[in-house]
Amino acid sequence: MSELFVQSIFSQNLALSLFLGMCTYLAVSKRVETATGLGIAVIVVQGITVPVNNLLYHYVLKEGALASQGIPSLEFLKLISFIGVIAAMVQILEMTLDKFFPALYNALGIFLPLITVNCAILGGSLLMVERDYTFVESVGFGLFSGIGWALAIVALAGIRERMKYSDVPDGLRGLGITFITVGLIAMAFMCFSGI
Amino acid sequence: MGKARDALLKPIFDNNPIALQVLGICSALAVTTKLETTFTMCLAVTFVTTFSNFSVSLIRNFIPSSIRMIVQMTIIASLVIIVDEFLKAFAYDTSKSLSVFVGLIITNCIIMGRAEAFAMTNSPGISALDGFGNGLGYSVILLFVGTMRELFGSGKLFGQEIFRLTTDGGWYPANGLMLLSPSAFILIGLFIWGLRTWKKEQVEEER
Repeated sequence: MSELFVQSIFSQNLALSLFLGMCTYLAVSKRVETATGLGIAVIVVQGITVPVNNLLYHYVLKEGALASQGIPSLEFLKLISFIGVIAAMVQILEMTLDKFFPALYNALGIFLPLITVNCAILGGSLLMVERDYTFVESVGFGLFSGIGWALAIVALAGIRERMKYSDVPDGLRGLGITFITVGLIAMAFMCFSGI
Repeated sequence: MGKARDALLKPIFDNNPIALQVLGICSALAVTTKLETTFTMCLAVTFVTTFSNFSVSLIRNFIPSSIRMIVQMTIIASLVIIVDEFLKAFAYDTSKSLSVFVGLIITNCIIMGRAEAFAMTNSPGISALDGFGNGLGYSVILLFVGTMRELFGSGKLFGQEIFRLTTDGGWYPANGLMLLSPSAFILIGLFIWGLRTWKKEQVEEER
């Protein structure tokens, strides 16, 4: 488990080494506060959807799972059912938060719908299938990889806030310099791969 | 025909999905270590954007706006499943090395973004052209990054040797960094710099 912890937070970081969730990563990293909000939302959703998709995959979709009912492999429905689960989970989470934790809902509200199309979430579920995690491992993987992603976005937002005061060449301003910064952060994260 | 030409050509340099609209970056970075996988990915994404734009536009007047996301998602997911199964059947090795990224075309924001921003308000023909154009704009950047990474990282293009590596007794010492993730970010950053030096109006305002 500790190996999984280090691997999914540092050396195989979802954002920096697997390039997942890049669109929101670059778009919502202008301020530390919003980045933290989104980061927490990703941890929560990732921690729920990966285990749920794990159960769905092992008991319904996997080859031989429904053999007793005479249904052959439903492996090809993987993509569409995972995305369905994610969309539904995000919707349920949104409604629950709205009803029982209005303060949290107001803080996270705008980010939740964004998360449905965040590829880190779908990517997490697909990686879970590819790496053949058990249920317990998938709970850990979901939480830890979410934490890794949150860490990466908060780090980038911190740097971008500082960068407002620097004199960047015209053509590089905004998106260009952000890419290069992310490149350098990714390089720094590579040092963890020796652990 | 002006509008059709704009829909097709604008996204390539003037309104590039990756460099300007900040859409679809995840897969742009991950699949570019080899030109072969890059090329397959470009074809797959162009196919999916073209047809998803076309289909969404066809039924745009029948989709209730409250559930439009899920309808678009279903259309896109079905197209991606077709691509996925096709690759597994005819190009199994490439499909293995693309691993989860074929599936991630579903959440590639270019496709969703164009369906939402363009196809919902335009007729099917023009929407299909817009999808195709955005696919091309995506491919331009991917092929640039893919070429650089494979050429300087392992001295090859499409698996053919271009620079002879020192390990095989040649003259070119392979630059291992090019094959790792940071180089992809930095290459795209430099590409954007070049593009914005050429097309000044894309420079972002001082915040």
